[in-house]
Formats: sequence, structure tokens, C-alpha cells
Amino acid sequence: MMEAMFIYLATVCVVCAVLTVTLRQPVYNVLSLLTLFFHVAGLYVLLNAEFLAVVQIIVYAGAILVLYLFVLMLLNVRTQSRHLHRQWPFAVLILGAVGAMLVGALHSGVWGSASGESTAAAIHEIGDTQAIGLRLYTDYLLPFEVASLVLLVAMIGAIVLTKKSLIDDHIDQIKE
Amino acid sequence: MNMSIPMESVIALLPEMIVATFGCLVLLFDLVLPRGRKSPLAWFSLAGVALAAYATWRLSSQTISVFADTFQVDPYSNFFKLVFYVIVVLTVLMSRAYMQQDRIHIGEFYHFVLLVLLGMMVMVSATDLMTVYMGLELVSICLYVMAALKRYDSRSTEAGLKYFILGSFSSAVLLYGMSLVYGVTGTTNLAAIGAFLSQGETNSAATVGLILMVVGLAFKVAAAPFHMWAPDVYEGSPTPITAFMSVGPKAAAFAVTLRVLLEAFGGMKSDWEAILIVLAVLTMAVGAVLALVQTSIKRMLAYSSVGHAGYALIGVVVGDSLGTFAVMYYLAVYAVMNLGAFGVLIMLRSAGLKGEELDDYKGLSRTHPWAALFMLIFMFSLAGIPPTAGFIAKLYIFMSAVNAGHIYLAVAGALLAAVSAFYYIRVIVMMYMKEPEAQQELTLTTGLKVALVFSMLFVLILGVYPEPLANYAQLSILQF
Repeated sequence: MMEAMFIYLATVCVVCAVLTVTLRQPVYNVLSLLTLFFHVAGLYVLLNAEFLAVVQIIVYAGAILVLYLFVLMLLNVRTQSRHLHRQWPFAVLILGAVGAMLVGALHSGVWGSASGESTAAAIHEIGDTQAIGLRLYTDYLLPFEVASLVLLVAMIGAIVLTKKSLIDDHIDQIKE
Repeated sequence: MNMSIPMESVIALLPEMIVATFGCLVLLFDLVLPRGRKSPLAWFSLAGVALAAYATWRLSSQTISVFADTFQVDPYSNFFKLVFYVIVVLTVLMSRAYMQQDRIHIGEFYHFVLLVLLGMMVMVSATDLMTVYMGLELVSICLYVMAALKRYDSRSTEAGLKYFILGSFSSAVLLYGMSLVYGVTGTTNLAAIGAFLSQGETNSAATVGLILMVVGLAFKVAAAPFHMWAPDVYEGSPTPITAFMSVGPKAAAFAVTLRVLLEAFGGMKSDWEAILIVLAVLTMAVGAVLALVQTSIKRMLAYSSVGHAGYALIGVVVGDSLGTFAVMYYLAVYAVMNLGAFGVLIMLRSAGLKGEELDDYKGLSRTHPWAALFMLIFMFSLAGIPPTAGFIAKLYIFMSAVNAGHIYLAVAGALLAAVSAFYYIRVIVMMYMKEPEAQQELTLTTGLKVALVFSMLFVLILGVYPEPLANYAQLSILQF
């Protein structure tokens, strides 16, 4: 049962990912990306990571992609006549070769068993939301704080690059 | 439950906290300054860097591991932090005139510079893959915006967008590698990964993780064949920012590469050694050959910076204490001499002239002998000609390679250095043996003068008397 679920979710994920970059209409791209995110959330559920699954749906599918959709609809983005690079067969070929090598190497690899304090049993007992919270605010406090600064600079950066009156855009042409 | 943060953590993190505080205060201070008069922010930022440098200096000989071993203050990280302070101070001193001319002298610029500094400091102190990644992202996101700061200029926006797309891609590759390594070892701590990997036999999944991480880091240091973004991004970005990102983030990425490879993947040295040998030779060759055909001096310096990454990679391949020392010395010297060369570019920039084409340097020795002399010294140093610091730095790299039995690497490096000397010397020929075409105006500020004189003295004094920096680097090599 679990295996069938995984195969379904994984197949849809791959198909949607390919559609996201190959479809012509920007709205279709976003919608296939949305489907992809829902199925990735399903994969998280299979891995007993309910918290991540919910965050995936609320943040990515719910907030970010809906925002994308709004922007696309409001801007009325023009579709390009040629949207695939003309060397795409080579790209597919190389990607396929690298992918096959990756799958082969990962298949024959030895994977570690669970280690550390947050074993499957411990997570089952307190629930994975609490388990993630505990790790995030104790062991990984510093990376978590740095992440807040990353968000700050992303916000300031967006303002700097878009706010009209911040930088004088009409500059005298200088010698090229 | 004890919720207090131990005093030790605060002390170890003090330099980072100072930089973060000043970085955020700059934004507030910016509000009270009228448009076009943002110079006090430069002094404010410099004060922050000076305070942080004092804190780092006080910590310099200690080794403290805090935040559940995700962050470590040690002599190795402190060496790099001091190099970063010098880089940031020189950049801030050099940039004002250029930023004003191009009307991008905004307060946020200093915010980004300080937060890049913070990201680099987090990177070099990181002993956990999570911390490494967060530091790297902090640096990268700031740089994407800084590259596109001249948003009325299509080349600058192109640089920002290109850097953003390829940088995100390389971050994803790096992250995928990290996740595989985590899947194999069950930990993100570098020392724990090292302990796990050194006991087991070869594991193809760990090798794949290692390869992907090396590829991700090679993108960040712009090593060939992952250098494609560098020339366009370096050429399109505002010159002071090009100068900054061709030395600071590159040095930080090298520091992280060394620590990750030696501490976490020390047991798999034969695997990454083979990859890095190819990368090093390819990077040096690309840097030397492609720079020959450039007509823009900014683009030439971009390829030259790719080439210099190749020399530093030789030291990473060697990977013993001598190799680590050689990389640290090389990066410190490269940072100052490259900033110096870019300083001359900034000086030549005036209202009527970009100062980015090779032809702009024709007859510079007649019109501005001092500017030509400075450029001469920096070009000699970048080419590795004695008696400059660049020569000693290359010498240490080649010595470490010969010492570890990689004689062919030293030979390839020396040959390609000879090739690359050609285009550095071409600039000198332009300056000293051609007739001037037009009268150029120099843009000189006190900050730029101070930065240039400091770089010049650094390059010349370390060229004949390298012991102070060499001794300090030797004391700071990675202990493991």
C-alpha cells in the first residue's frame, strides 16, 4: 500500500516538474507547480513528517503560489514564441546520463540508520511538531537566527530593486 | 528547563553580534540623513567593523565551540575574519566616489556590505552543514542585490539576474549533496560526519553527496567549468562591488571548502583530490587563456580572478598543514592586491570616462604617473613577479604542491602563471609605452587614497618581508 502510494506521488511529482518548465502558458506552469507541491506534501506524510506536509501546503501552495497566480493574472505576461532553448535535446541527454548515474550510485549506497536523540520512537511519542521545535530552538538556534537575517536582507533587497524614488534612474549617459 | 544562553556563547558570538547590530542600525541611521549625503554611514560602518575587529582580536588565540557545536571560534576562523575586516574597510573606503557618480550611494549599500561580512564570518566559523548553508545564503542574497544595484543599467540588472539564477542553482546542488551526506551519516555536524566516514568502507551514496557538495562550492568560488557566471557578473556589477565580491565571498567559500573537505571528508581524500586536481588545472587554464583576448580590463580582471581561484585550489588539493597555510596566505594577499587593482579602476572613473577599457590606459604614465605606478605594482603582484607579495604567495602554493608530491601541479601552475603574466604586462605596456589619446580626469577621495596606499604598502612590504603574515597564518592553520 505504502509502496503504491509512493509510486503514485513520485510519478506525479516528476511529471508535474517537467510540465512546470515545458508548458507554454505561465498560468499552466504555476498550476502544475501547485500540483507538484501538493504531491510533495503527500511524500512528507508518507515519511511521518506531518508538520512539514502542513507547512508545505500552507506556505508554498497556499501563500506563495497563490501570490504568483495573482501577479501573473494582473500582469498579463506575454508568452514567448520559442520557450525552449534550441540545445534542449543535449540538455535532456546529459541530464538523463547524470540522472542514471545518480540513481545507480544512490541505489548501491549504504544509508545510515537513525541516530541522535530524535529517533522515530521519540518523535512518535511527542509528535513531530514538538520534535522539530525542540531541535530548532536548541541545537539549531544559531542557523535559525541567521535565517531571520536572510529574510531581512531579502526584504530590503526587494525594496532597493523596486522602489521608484530610491535610485535616480534617469542618469546622464556616460561613455560606453 | 534552563532557558538562558550561556555567557560563553555570547562572548564567542560577540564579533558577529556587533556586525549584525551595526548592519541593522545603518538602516535606522539612514532615515535621518538627507538624500545624497550618506557619507556618515561609511564612517559608522567602519566603526562597527573596528569594534568587531577588536572583539575578534581579543578572541584570536582561543578555541570555543558553542551552540551545540554548530559554531566554533578558533584561530583558523579568526584569521579569515581579520582578512574580511580588511576587505570590508578597503571596499568602504574605495566605493564612495563611484557610488556617488553613479547615483547609487544609498544607505542600504552599507547594510548589505555589513551583512555580507556577517555571512562570511558565520561561514568560516561554521562547524555544521546547516550553519555553513545559512552563512552562504546570507552572503549570496546580499550579493544578488548588490550586483543589480545600478538598476537603470541593463548590464547591471543582467548581472544580478544571472548571478541569482546560477547562484540559486548552485545552492540547490550544494543542499542536495548535504542532504545525501546527512542521509548516510545521520548528522550534519562536520566532526561527526568525519568520524562516521573515516571508519566505514567506501559508500557510493556518500561519494555522490561529496561530489555534489564540491560542485556547489566550486560554483561559489567560480572554479572552471563552473565559472560561466563570473565574467558577466563581474563585468556588469558596479566596480566597487565587483572588487568586493571577487575577493571576500571567494575567500569565505575557500575557507568553508577547506574546513568541510578536511574535517568532514578527510577520510575520503582520494575521492575529492582527484576531482580538485582536474578543477584546479582547468581553472588556471581558463583564467590564463580567456583573459588574453579581453579588451575590457574589468572583464580581464574577472578572468584573472577565476585563474587565481585555480592557484588556491592547488593548496586545497595538497590539503596538509603546508597546503592549508599556503591557501590562507594566498587568499589574504590576493584579496588586498586585487582590491588595489580595482581601486585604480575606480580612480580612473570620472564623469566622462568609464575607465574599464584597456584603451583607456594608453599613456597613463604621462598623464597620471602615480596612478600608473600603482597599477604597475598591482599588476606585477597579480602576475606573481618579485619583489611583490603575489610572488611569495604563489611560491608558497607551489612549494606546498612539490612538498606533497604533486610536482606536475606546480609545473602546470608555473607555466600558466607565465601565460597569464602576458596580459598583466600588456596593461603596463599600454600605460608606459603608448601615447595618451585623451586627457583623463582622476576621481580622488581621501578614502580611495588611503586604501590604495595601504594596498600598495601591503603588497611591497610583504613582498620582501613576508614573515609577519606568514607566521600569523602558520599559527592559525586548521587543527583537527
